[in-house]
Amino acid sequence: MHTITLEGPADFDGWRVNARSLALAGVPPQDTQWRVRGGDDGGLFDMAPAEPEALPPGLMPPPGTGLKVPKDFIELAKAVVCHSDPARFGLLYRLLWRMQSEKGLIGIATDADVVRARGMQKSVRRDCHKMTAFVRFKEVPHGQGQGRSGQNPRRRFIAWFEPDHYIVERTAPFFQRRFTDMDWLILTPHGSSAWDGQALRLSPLAASKPDISDETDDLWRTYFSNIFNPARLKVKAMQAEMPKKYWKNLPEASLIPDLIADAEASVRAMVARAASQPPAHHFRLQEAMRNAPAPDLPPAGTLAALKEQAKTCTRCPLHCTATQTVFGEGPENADLMFVGEQPGDQEDLAGRPFIGPAGKLFDTVLNETGIDRRTAYVTNAVKHFKYEPRGKKRIHQRPNTGEIEHCRWWLKLELDLIKPKLVVALGATALHALTGEKSGLSQRRGQFQDLGQGQSLFTTIHPSYLLRIPDLGKQGEERLRFEAELAQVARAMQAPHFQAGGSA
Amino acid sequence: MKKSIKDRLAVLSDAAKYDASCASSGTQKRNSAQSGGLGSTEGAGICHSYAPDGRCISLLKILMTNFCIYDCAYCINRSSSNVERARFSVEEVVWLTLEFYRRNYIEGLFLSSGIIRSSDHTMEEMVRIARELRITHNFRGYIHLKSIPEASQALIEEAGLYADRLSINIELPTDIGISQFAPEKRPENIRKSMGDLRLKIEESRDPTLQTKRTKRFAPGGQSTQMIVGADAADDATILSTSARLYGSYGLKRVYYSAFSPIPDSSKALPLIKPPLMREHRLYQADWLYRFYGFGIDEITAGQGDGMLDLDLDPKLSWALANRHRFPVDINRADRDMLLRVPGLGGKTVNALISARRYRRLRLEDLSRLSVSLKKVQPFIEAEGWSPGALTDKADLRARFAPKPEQLQLL
Repeated sequence: MHTITLEGPADFDGWRVNARSLALAGVPPQDTQWRVRGGDDGGLFDMAPAEPEALPPGLMPPPGTGLKVPKDFIELAKAVVCHSDPARFGLLYRLLWRMQSEKGLIGIATDADVVRARGMQKSVRRDCHKMTAFVRFKEVPHGQGQGRSGQNPRRRFIAWFEPDHYIVERTAPFFQRRFTDMDWLILTPHGSSAWDGQALRLSPLAASKPDISDETDDLWRTYFSNIFNPARLKVKAMQAEMPKKYWKNLPEASLIPDLIADAEASVRAMVARAASQPPAHHFRLQEAMRNAPAPDLPPAGTLAALKEQAKTCTRCPLHCTATQTVFGEGPENADLMFVGEQPGDQEDLAGRPFIGPAGKLFDTVLNETGIDRRTAYVTNAVKHFKYEPRGKKRIHQRPNTGEIEHCRWWLKLELDLIKPKLVVALGATALHALTGEKSGLSQRRGQFQDLGQGQSLFTTIHPSYLLRIPDLGKQGEERLRFEAELAQVARAMQAPHFQAGGSA
Repeated sequence: MKKSIKDRLAVLSDAAKYDASCASSGTQKRNSAQSGGLGSTEGAGICHSYAPDGRCISLLKILMTNFCIYDCAYCINRSSSNVERARFSVEEVVWLTLEFYRRNYIEGLFLSSGIIRSSDHTMEEMVRIARELRITHNFRGYIHLKSIPEASQALIEEAGLYADRLSINIELPTDIGISQFAPEKRPENIRKSMGDLRLKIEESRDPTLQTKRTKRFAPGGQSTQMIVGADAADDATILSTSARLYGSYGLKRVYYSAFSPIPDSSKALPLIKPPLMREHRLYQADWLYRFYGFGIDEITAGQGDGMLDLDLDPKLSWALANRHRFPVDINRADRDMLLRVPGLGGKTVNALISARRYRRLRLEDLSRLSVSLKKVQPFIEAEGWSPGALTDKADLRARFAPKPEQLQLL
């Protein structure tokens, strides 16, 4: 039997060095016994002098030789050594021993030893988390002679906490990172930690509860009792997360029994009081709002007025799910007008047409063909984004006939106001909206058509079609065709009959 | 006479308690080790206390003022209510936050406000508080600001610079509900503000051309809250709205808040016991949608009336209605299907997938992982276990449904 005495109850380094040498020396787990010097593990150990080490220090292998363990095991062991269960060191050694022959042991979440170690890890983590949550600092005044005059002395705080496990050292860095600009001391029955702005100090000695009070606790209690909603009493849910064992050191906890006891009565009383007459200032506010001057609207009959009107369009239900109306954009006297299908995700958020991936492609091709987008009016057949939510994304959906018909009203107003000489239908939805015909995109593609009153229609595809072609070769072909078609548009705009009226 | 800070704290925390969110997680990690100041955020949030309503208290959740020019029927602070009014100065909120933080009562501040004078005026004061905390006091703790939909872009921009999270409450699941109960609020403005926030948050995450460092803008993202049970919207409507909000605006969370009677309540609203179980089921369903691969229509189809089953959790309810998909062999099924088994959560599924590489799993393995065998047995096959006719048993629901209980009057 090898008896190993560790220097402290959470002495990970000691355990590691000893476990490594024991394992390398081939000592099976059942032949080891682990204890802690000074033994504060439930009185199992006495103060007797340490027994001989498992191996004389001279025989110990240098660190880093021999044993290999997964990184995850180190994490696990560091947490488990903090547990208060006296069997923790033996359990860890048994796991280390078994890992040498059982590959992937630590990943077998259903193994009895792994389950037990994971349970301890979880318990230690929870204890640490609760310590970071439930430590309550109380401010203490500076003693005589501290804080030189003319200089802001650091404020001092003391907390008392009773953890289940040996976690003071494990949690100390958290408090240091967080409460850097104040001096603090955390006392527990399992040791204490302190910070003075320079160094973090740890002591393994058991502390006793200090007798201190802090006025601010009273404000905190005021907050606690008022943030509580008596109409939704869920005592079990509270206790699952804040078990009673913590209550004695929480300044707010003494309020809990009365808050629970009075909850039902206070809700009843609240419900029983009938609604009162609104105060006078309410009527003044309502009056003021009614009399508030209406915002300045652009003059009727202009594009700006149309755009303003379209903001509140409720002609079809799409307005309930889209972010906003995405109206057309461009000069009021444009000779060239592009009509797309509907705004997409980006357009819906920004409120501008053709700015998403398809819009960017459209811009590139326009540039190549020498058409300046700023001179054209760009709009969509449907002005609200139609989509299906899928997780964190929105999947575009084609507008149906009803939606196209409803929105055509706006398109017609845009056409009437701008009176373009050439209208370009980008894709089937635009063609449908402009001609009322639901099919025939492929037949009409690349062709001009007379709309009467000096207006022509040209039909091509929607640029988003190019983005959806999976085959790169086909995509390249189609893009060339799209470019050629926009080049046709560019040439048409240079033609004399378009130029003639355009200069007006 | 001016009320003491304690009296005003009572009024302004009472006024804030109907906002369900108190999260302090999901923001960037930072601390005061370098700055020598105060405060840190370490990824996971910390609940520093729990009230007897079972809610976590993580932040100092207060209103700057509960004076409000709006008259939203469901709100305790609406202009037509006779509730006691109070207001904090910028300095007082800053002082309270820092003093509470130093005593480790809180992770930071969640500041909201009634609308006073104008949206911009209100937002400006809130931004000043955040700026004071961050710049003057070197505070690195968590800050959540409720943003006011109509406030100017410049103010929102500055708010995002100091706040970890910004939120705008959608309040009710339908546009009709909003115009009915919150006549001064415009649903389209709320959506527009959320869209603007998403664009700003995304833009801030793209490194600039000159430097790899990203601009800071609400690193904890945005969230919203919907009130449940004030209007007649069913669960399917509520969850579809959530799905739409998650998809459209990249929200971190949609909070559901069971409508709770408020003092001096409007006559337009029911004086009911808050539908806490309904709220709980909505959270479960929301979870299934976001992390378990369920569609909203799948979750809400079971009852036929667009409502979730109050007696059973939504996954179990779905499984009972879709028994042809079961039993699932835990030694072979893929992750997606394992996640659909009642009683198996994400962590358990990961543990099973990892462990079954080494050995065939039995029911005993599941109980070691603290899985409820009673719950999973009818839906799984394992080494040495087959549910046989149990999966299709007519009264399988009775195995799970709670015992009938006599109802009590509120």
